[in-house]
Amino acid sequence: MILDGKCPTGPVEKSWDKHRFDMKLVNPANKRKYKILVVGTGLAGASAAASLGELGYNVEAFCYQDSPRRAHSIAAQGGINAAKNYPNDGDSILRLYYDTIKGGDFRSREQDVWRLAQVSNEIIDQCVAQGVPFARDYAGYLDNRSFGGAQVSRTFYARGQTGQQLLLGAYSALSRQIRLKTVKMFPRTEMLDLVLVDGEAKGITIRDLVTGEIRVHAGDAVLLCTGGYANVFNLSTNARGCSVTAIWKAYRKGAFFANPCYTQIHPTCIPQAGDYQSKLTLMSESLRNDGRIWVPKNKGEKRAANDIPEDDRDYYLERKYPSFGNLAPRDISSRAAKEACDDGRGVGPGGKGVYLDFRDSIKRLGEHVIRERYGNLFEMYERITGEDGYKVPMRIYPASHYAMGGLWVDYNLMSNIPGLFVLGEANFSVHGANRLGASALMQGLADGYFVIPYTVAPYLAASKPGKAKEDHPECKKSIEDVKAFTKKLLSINGKETPADFMRKLGNVTWNNVGMGRSKESLTEALAKIPGIREEFWKNLKVSGTELEVNQQLENAGRTIDFIEFADLLCRDALNRDESCGAHFRVEHQFADGEAKRDDANFSYVAAWGFKGDGVPPELHKEPLEFNLIKPAVRSYK
Amino acid sequence: MSGHSEHNTKTLKLIVWRQAGPDKPGRFETYTAKNITDHHSFLEMLDVVNEDLIKEGKEPIVFDHDCREGICGVCSQVVNGVPHGGHERTTVCQLHMRLFKDGDSIYIEPWRARAFPIIKDLMVDRGALDRIIQAGGYTSAHTGGSPDANAIPIPRHDAEYSMDAAECIGCGACVAGCPNGAAMLFTGAKVSQFAALPQGQVEAAERVANMLKEMQDCGFGNCTNHYECEAACPKGINVKFIARLNREYLKSLL
Amino acid sequence: MRFLSSSVGRKVLMAITGFFMLFFVTVHLLGNSSIFIGPGALNTYAEKLHSLGPLVWIFRGFMFLMLAVHVFFGIMLTLENSAANPSKYAIGRKLKATFASETMIWTGVLLLSFLVYHLLQFTVRVTPDIMPDAVANRPGDVYKMVLGSFRITTISLVYVAAMATLFLHLSHGIQSLFQTVGCSNDKTLPKVTMVGKLVSALFLVGYSAIPVLILAGILKN
Ligand SMILES: Cc1cc2nc3c(=O)[nH]c(=O)nc-3n(C[C@H](O)[C@H](O)[C@H](O)COP(=O)(O)OP(=O)(O)OC[C@H]3O[C@@H](n4cnc5c(N)ncnc54)[C@H](O)[C@@H]3O)c2cc1C
Ligand code: HEM
Ligand code: HEM
Ligand code: SF4
Ligand code: F3S
Ligand code: FES
Repeated sequence: MILDGKCPTGPVEKSWDKHRFDMKLVNPANKRKYKILVVGTGLAGASAAASLGELGYNVEAFCYQDSPRRAHSIAAQGGINAAKNYPNDGDSILRLYYDTIKGGDFRSREQDVWRLAQVSNEIIDQCVAQGVPFARDYAGYLDNRSFGGAQVSRTFYARGQTGQQLLLGAYSALSRQIRLKTVKMFPRTEMLDLVLVDGEAKGITIRDLVTGEIRVHAGDAVLLCTGGYANVFNLSTNARGCSVTAIWKAYRKGAFFANPCYTQIHPTCIPQAGDYQSKLTLMSESLRNDGRIWVPKNKGEKRAANDIPEDDRDYYLERKYPSFGNLAPRDISSRAAKEACDDGRGVGPGGKGVYLDFRDSIKRLGEHVIRERYGNLFEMYERITGEDGYKVPMRIYPASHYAMGGLWVDYNLMSNIPGLFVLGEANFSVHGANRLGASALMQGLADGYFVIPYTVAPYLAASKPGKAKEDHPECKKSIEDVKAFTKKLLSINGKETPADFMRKLGNVTWNNVGMGRSKESLTEALAKIPGIREEFWKNLKVSGTELEVNQQLENAGRTIDFIEFADLLCRDALNRDESCGAHFRVEHQFADGEAKRDDANFSYVAAWGFKGDGVPPELHKEPLEFNLIKPAVRSYK
Repeated sequence: MSGHSEHNTKTLKLIVWRQAGPDKPGRFETYTAKNITDHHSFLEMLDVVNEDLIKEGKEPIVFDHDCREGICGVCSQVVNGVPHGGHERTTVCQLHMRLFKDGDSIYIEPWRARAFPIIKDLMVDRGALDRIIQAGGYTSAHTGGSPDANAIPIPRHDAEYSMDAAECIGCGACVAGCPNGAAMLFTGAKVSQFAALPQGQVEAAERVANMLKEMQDCGFGNCTNHYECEAACPKGINVKFIARLNREYLKSLL
Repeated sequence: MRFLSSSVGRKVLMAITGFFMLFFVTVHLLGNSSIFIGPGALNTYAEKLHSLGPLVWIFRGFMFLMLAVHVFFGIMLTLENSAANPSKYAIGRKLKATFASETMIWTGVLLLSFLVYHLLQFTVRVTPDIMPDAVANRPGDVYKMVLGSFRITTISLVYVAAMATLFLHLSHGIQSLFQTVGCSNDKTLPKVTMVGKLVSALFLVGYSAIPVLILAGILKN
């Protein structure tokens, strides 16, 4: 099937304004009658729930944490982009649009990207009005920095805690609506199924994570704002609870999953120390400005880092990419690190790490300068590794970080299931095959504050409020299904824990579908995953019961969803027989290791439809068009 | 594997608070954590213990955790009598086992305060902190139609002060550490964040009064300036924000 | 009143009343110190005070009110606080709280008992053995009265113990007062704490000097 994103026609620059005018509105007096279910209260969900509540809709919001303030958006460090052009360095909506399209390697939908760039400025205004304490210069105006290889300074930041401050801003707006009783908040609640009534999304089935109660919340529209699936690699920079579950359940109910193979790897994370490791911690990429990356020249090097003489060190990025050196783009530098380690020259426990050495810059600038620039990062590094980065080189390694893929949505952020909207990292919309630094926060807030309040209206205006109630047969059936699923997980009584299975899955996904992918590695993964799945249903061990706090039960459910999803991820990666952005098929590269796109055959969004367990999913394509700029080859030389 | 020595493993005795539910009686249980290295984080050490418990068919220890990098504020354990273990600016998820010696005994307890009922084992209900924010921890800015972000310059000093306060991760260690079970550091930080900014002025009087009232209604105690909260706070939130809260309260009476 | 039901409001009352009592102990110490000048000085001072007539009573009434409010809210706050934190940790390790900060209610109660005792002794004068004509003849020879009392070792010891209690109460109380009324920040707090402890120590030394010197026989008729 050829999919249609239902984008406004006409000039891209006018598309959002035109669309906004064309859209139907919901009569203010009627808004109260519509109940909107918002799943997830990260940047996307909290901003959406707050804005919709303020508009007068009757909103119910859900998150699995104990408070909306803890969504994983809180962890974002770097910053948020906007085309304000405050530094007067030539930025504009057009340039932000251009950079995002190019960064996504021409695999995103241009009207969506334009809209994002256009509303980016309003986001900053909104956040400042909320009291987000962005960094300021001595004149009292907002400060910007450049980020992620952009040539303009457009990144707004709040120390190293931008995501936290933006989320607290959205959370405070949400809290205000909760107080005003326009929004009802359900924390410690996990969505485990989507309820369709006559093919439209009219409810969700949830498990109360404290009492274990399974019940349905019926509504007139469902918004999934449930974040990304980077944890499919087991270890990632995401929080432990981040899962694919919500969107996976929606996929199983018919929502299309778009571009699952677009996953981003971050080059500067603290390496894994052992099998028991539970997550990987990101360190700001800015470290690469002054640190030099190297590995020993010789395999099996036994000397301590500082004892290895200059001649026995391989500064591989400087060697391979002389013009960019240690600042080579994320994907290139990640892959180069993996190559060095695969070559047996990795450092640290398990040999999965490379050195990030500040010796030379300390010599050149003095320790105090380095301390001033990166003091907090060195502190964090020492807290985790126990090593002093000023004295011995830091060790870094790439880690799974962000998911560009997600549920397919049209221009209104509505999936192919009427009434099911998807926001933030959970949808596929704007980042194409790769996301620029500081753009995910922008997207989450754009979707929640400035897109969904408009785009939910046409759907609602065309549907009668209160179509489905909690006692609808579909709701009851969904409850039965979820209860049966839960019982099944508890009844296996095998020998291995959910964590064991996540480790197994992670081994396959990270090694075969991680930084570099090939037909062989993907075919191998596709052969292994069903085995893991089978073993899961035979040998899983979950203690406790369902009617209480049961974290193992939660983990088990998320694990099996990841296992099932991994299969789709591999299929998509196999289908996309080209390299683009972060999706690197080793078969398709230029001599210098750059990704080689195939626009003639793959300039489309791959949206997969569920056809049943054990049946291959169906591929739907949405062709991509570029009117404002034409696809060109990315080059960082 | 160059330049890196392998570490010996440690064995630790854990004395952990187990409680099946809010109204159930609680007690300490003793467990042994084996094969722990310097690189394990505190929560990873508990993961190891839990994996063993599950395999033995016993109920694993329930504890809150998510980001495991010290920013979400969900982890909440009192380690040897101090919330988060008492290492400067460190949440319990960022506490590393190199700080403990082989053979150490470690007491692990949940946050204790009337306003934080225990849900299970080490997991507590901190909804009271959300309710304090709902009472006024915001500016009533509507979505849309905000003036340009640079329309009102804010002196850098004020912005920094506001950010110092805004760093609070809402973990509740201040309450858990306070001998009075008071939430003054948490509330003070939020009030101060807005008090320092022009955006926060309009509702300043109402905000402080409402947040304080909610704090009391939630069952938190009164501050008698013990400053344990500051010492326990993983984000180094300073008690000057409590003084600021008091000042803002007095101002609100005028 | 909203102020009285507010946590901070009541704390501020504690601080204000504490402040006035602090003022009183300061003046009282200065007045008592005249004992070091000689018998005449203290007696003159006492006579001056008594000659103020109704002013004395207004002042006494005010101070009594301060004390009553301070004690009332002190007990209320303490009760509320222990209700807010009903269970203790297995290991009670403290990082910043001090012995003084944790025992405010106990040092307070001890101070109250001392005050009762002290007033009975020197104001109501129910100690005729020391000064038979004290009740009839006001102010009388205050110097002799004080001297007579403190020659008794137990009385002196009780006083010194009370002064130690006062020291504890104020070594936390003085900085706490500034924090409570919002007159402190990260820069001033350490200094105020230092000065507060110093002042409390001055009270301890100044007040205790009287019984100690008398007992040691240095101050005599
Ligand atoms: C370490 C790190 C650093 C980053 N730094 C930056 C940066 O500097 N700049 C930038 O732009 N981006 C950055 N990103 C990316 C960015 O933070 C995220 O993409 C973005 O915050 C996602 O927001 P979200 O609202 O879509 O999802 P999230 O914030 O992940 O929120 C998901 C919500 O869904 C809920 N949820 C999930 N599943 C369920 C379920 N089944 N049932 C109920 N609720 C559920 C959760 O409780 C949560 O409330 C970073 C990401 C990481 C991991
Ligand atoms: C000479 C007599 C006293 C003086 C000079 C005095 C002074 C003070 C001061 C300055 C404070 C600090 C106030 C604040 O932090 O806001 C304080 C606190 C306190 N006082 Fe007193 N006090 C006296 C007697 C008493 C008595 C008799 C009691 C109780 C029976 C008492 C109980 C308390 C308590 C419980 C506190 C702690 C409350 C807090 O720290 O805020 N005090 N006192
Ligand atoms: C060594 C220490 C002290 C000595 C020698 C001393 C001495 C006296 C004397 C002689 C009087 C009676 C004065 C008169 O009736 O003319 C008096 C009254 C009083 N003292 Fe003290 N005192 C001491 C410490 C304290 C302390 C620490 C406090 C408070 C905490 C205190 C509170 C009072 C009060 C409230 C009165 C009654 C004042 C009045 O009559 O209005 N005294 N003291
Ligand atoms: S003030 Fe500190 S201890 Fe208290 S909730 Fe905030 S971060 Fe946690
Ligand atoms: S420890 Fe408690 S008493 Fe006040 S200063 Fe902190 S809230
Ligand atoms: S788990 Fe997020 S702060 Fe500890």
